[in-house]
Amino acid sequence: MPVRIRTALVTLVTLPLAACEGRQSALAPQGLQSDQILRTLLLFLAVAAVVWTAVVIALGIGLLRRKRMPERPLALHQDFEKATGRVVFALGFATLVIVLGLSIVSYAGQRTVFAKDDNALTLKIIGHQWWWEVRYEDDSPDRSFVTANEIRIPTGKAVKVELESADVIHSFWVPSLTGKMDLITGQKNELQFTARNAGVYRGQCAEFCGLQHAHMAVAVLALSPDEFGRWRDHENQSASSPTDVLGKQGEQLFRARGCALCHNIRGTLAGGQLGPDLTHVGSRTTVAAGTLPLTPATLGAWIADPQHIKPGNYMPRMPLQSGELIAILHYLEQLK
Amino acid sequence: MTVLADERELRDDALNGLELATRLERLWRTPSGLLGALMSVDHKVIGRRYIVTAFAFLLLGGALAILMRIQLAGPEQTFLSPDKYNQIFTMHGSTMMFLFAVPVMEAFAVYLVPLMVGTRNIAFPRLNAFSYWMFLFGGCFLWISFLLNVGPDVGWFAYVPLSSLQYTPTKRPDVWAQMITFTEVAALAVSVEIVVTVFKLRAPGMTLDRIPLFVWAMLVTSFLVMFAMPSIMVASTSLILDRLVNTRFYDPSSGGHPLLWQHLFWFFGHPEVYIIFIPGTGMVSMILGTFARRPVIGYPVVILSLIATGFLSFGLWVHHMFVTGLPQLGAGLFTASSMLIAVPSGLQIFCWLATLWDGRPVYRTPLLFVIGFIVVFVLGGLSGVMVASVPIDTQVHDTYFVVAHFHYVLIGGAVFPLIGAVYYWFPKITGRMLSETLGRWNFWLALIGFNVAFFPMHILGLIGMPRRVYTYTADMDWAHLNLVSSGGAVVFAISFAILLANVIYSLRRGALAGDNPWDASTLEWATSSPPPPQNFDRIPVVKHRDPLWFDNESLPVVAGLSIERREVLLTSLAEAEPQTREASPEPSVWPLITAIATTIFFVGSIFTPWAVLWGTPPMAVALIGWFWPSGSREDEE
Repeated sequence: MPVRIRTALVTLVTLPLAACEGRQSALAPQGLQSDQILRTLLLFLAVAAVVWTAVVIALGIGLLRRKRMPERPLALHQDFEKATGRVVFALGFATLVIVLGLSIVSYAGQRTVFAKDDNALTLKIIGHQWWWEVRYEDDSPDRSFVTANEIRIPTGKAVKVELESADVIHSFWVPSLTGKMDLITGQKNELQFTARNAGVYRGQCAEFCGLQHAHMAVAVLALSPDEFGRWRDHENQSASSPTDVLGKQGEQLFRARGCALCHNIRGTLAGGQLGPDLTHVGSRTTVAAGTLPLTPATLGAWIADPQHIKPGNYMPRMPLQSGELIAILHYLEQLK
Repeated sequence: MTVLADERELRDDALNGLELATRLERLWRTPSGLLGALMSVDHKVIGRRYIVTAFAFLLLGGALAILMRIQLAGPEQTFLSPDKYNQIFTMHGSTMMFLFAVPVMEAFAVYLVPLMVGTRNIAFPRLNAFSYWMFLFGGCFLWISFLLNVGPDVGWFAYVPLSSLQYTPTKRPDVWAQMITFTEVAALAVSVEIVVTVFKLRAPGMTLDRIPLFVWAMLVTSFLVMFAMPSIMVASTSLILDRLVNTRFYDPSSGGHPLLWQHLFWFFGHPEVYIIFIPGTGMVSMILGTFARRPVIGYPVVILSLIATGFLSFGLWVHHMFVTGLPQLGAGLFTASSMLIAVPSGLQIFCWLATLWDGRPVYRTPLLFVIGFIVVFVLGGLSGVMVASVPIDTQVHDTYFVVAHFHYVLIGGAVFPLIGAVYYWFPKITGRMLSETLGRWNFWLALIGFNVAFFPMHILGLIGMPRRVYTYTADMDWAHLNLVSSGGAVVFAISFAILLANVIYSLRRGALAGDNPWDASTLEWATSSPPPPQNFDRIPVVKHRDPLWFDNESLPVVAGLSIERREVLLTSLAEAEPQTREASPEPSVWPLITAIATTIFFVGSIFTPWAVLWGTPPMAVALIGWFWPSGSREDEE
């Protein structure tokens, strides 16, 4: 399809949705794979629109055209019957040609979308009810680290994510970058994508995974390669020790009040493995896997009563006095 | 032959007219009183109950849909808790698929097929009664559990490991899996009855190429049920075993695999769609022939399309699993096989369009619903071609795009024809016409409400809204379209309220229908409305595909069946030549007792494996009662 027609089609389809052009949309592609998928989709859409219109027009003409005078239902005209039979077969054959053609187009698109780049940056995503564990792996263990619910990638470079599940089946889906892939218990899946432009791309679990399936979002931050390198170096470091009194108190309370049983903060005694790693939680953009934007207020509300914000999630409400809450909050905010 | 032994037996050639009708009516009628009603083996009585029960489940499932649409009308609403929402979407899907769509099609077949093929009762009438009771008890079991807050909450697809004991340690998935067992038993029983009725009980002369298209559709559907249901039976039984007695079919840490469940489920789940859709096409063909005032063009093409659809439907289950990490070439082949089903479906559409093109359409409500069917279903079929493509599916899978797609296919392909069928056959079943004015309101509100409710969902899916979410955040830009969709759902619901009002009003006040109010061509219109217990005083002889248009003065009949005991005429499979007379069972309460015993067994076995032990003897006793020799002449010979 010539580029101009394609652009026109894209505009036509997305025009009424201009307001909807969000960060999580298959119609607003920002990756090489999502571009290809949208091209295939628009071609199919065009064929579908033409066929549907043709059927409805044929139906309309069939109903409205002037008929012969009423007669007995079985008084059929053999010529008409024969001619109609031929037309029906011709249309059936045309359908066959169209679907075979579309199958080939689809397969070509599929090859592009699933093409593999051996030099891709590899990271591993493990699905949990209801958050994402993200592992950046490197050949040397001291360059490997763990984070959660937020993925940063360099633009223009292929990224390979290895997908696993710690419990039930989830599905990793960031529509602006590429299509989805399931995280299946006992199986390793793989997905590759390349972000064209810098930006924040929201994704969401797409396979029903229980009570809080609706609140299991992931943010993909595409950064320029330089910026990504700096971020990776920083993220690889352990948490910095708090310098002020309140922060030190917070660090202590984090262990004393049970937070450390589930959460890991590298470089401290907090080493729990059940919940998300919080080493650099202060630098993230959202709370509770995309449920709320991260601000001191939302983080405080979340710690005070996680069951109110995301009912049924596995973080219990800990009995904290308001002073204790403020100290813990202050400590976590510092973990940039 | 039993001719000599029957010398003193009275046959239907000995009497005529009213006397014959009265004798036959006394012979075939359902005994009076409550016990009599529970004993009924009349396919019309059971078919009516089946239809009413299935529609009751439609109303319940529809009410759940409205609750979901209220919850989703705006972002972050707290009308339903996540726990309730998950139960409700699971109940909606399970009710609509297992308690409404499949049973209602079987229900119409139970009522209509024996009339259309010109016989006195369905084959295996007691099994038919048993099937209805199992369906009723299974449906009640699910809904009572739901009202007791034990409604399933893992989706109508119940994917493991979410539905395993580890992640759902309640009884909810067991209820779901056992409800499946109930409906499987019911559906398999009906399928066997339909196949045997069509193969052996057709009126003399109704050769294979004179069978009405709805009967053909139900025959193909019945075979689909028989081949698809065992797969879900294996799946749900092994799920219960995993949960109850610690087997490891789906546990990857012990060599099982979660994808085994998905393969088994969709090997059933995809044909299931055609189990619902193919009867719909049968209804369309019947209505179209009558209201286009000419036979449907391409009768053999339509039948071959039905059969081809049936075969192909078993070869495309993998398109539900494109994002599970399958080999790419394999997935690509399933794209082609999935799209291929557009060919037989397309051929049928072209035949119907050609029929309308040549016919002289009479715009009554049934035809309106068929026109609505074509407009809506073709759109759903085309979005189906889109989701069959692997790359497109990776974006739209498990989003509202798919929700839109399958509602266009199922409501467009099955519910629109079904409502048309209600308007079309209501006069036959009740003897009264439905109101045409209310019918038009019903149709237009259904068409508009449906499209307003479901079309925006295509866009919602493309702009990122996943399925099965109980809410969404305000910054997602999904609120407007969701609100529009919820508004459409209300209009759509009103159209069903109008249908209900029309039925209730017309049952009392509707115009009397007469035998053949639409001047239709098939045998069910050759008897009175509603038909007498014996269906036909004498078995008709068929000389043409459209017998009532061909012999529009008086239908030829064959005589010789007993009027002292229930008898049906068996004919040969292909040519429908008379072969022998066969006794048809008397009313019996044993099917009900067997169903009760089976229900106790099924329900008990989700609580303790010992139920398999103590649940069996009562069933054995009930079956012995069921098959106890009645001392009839046939038994003794």
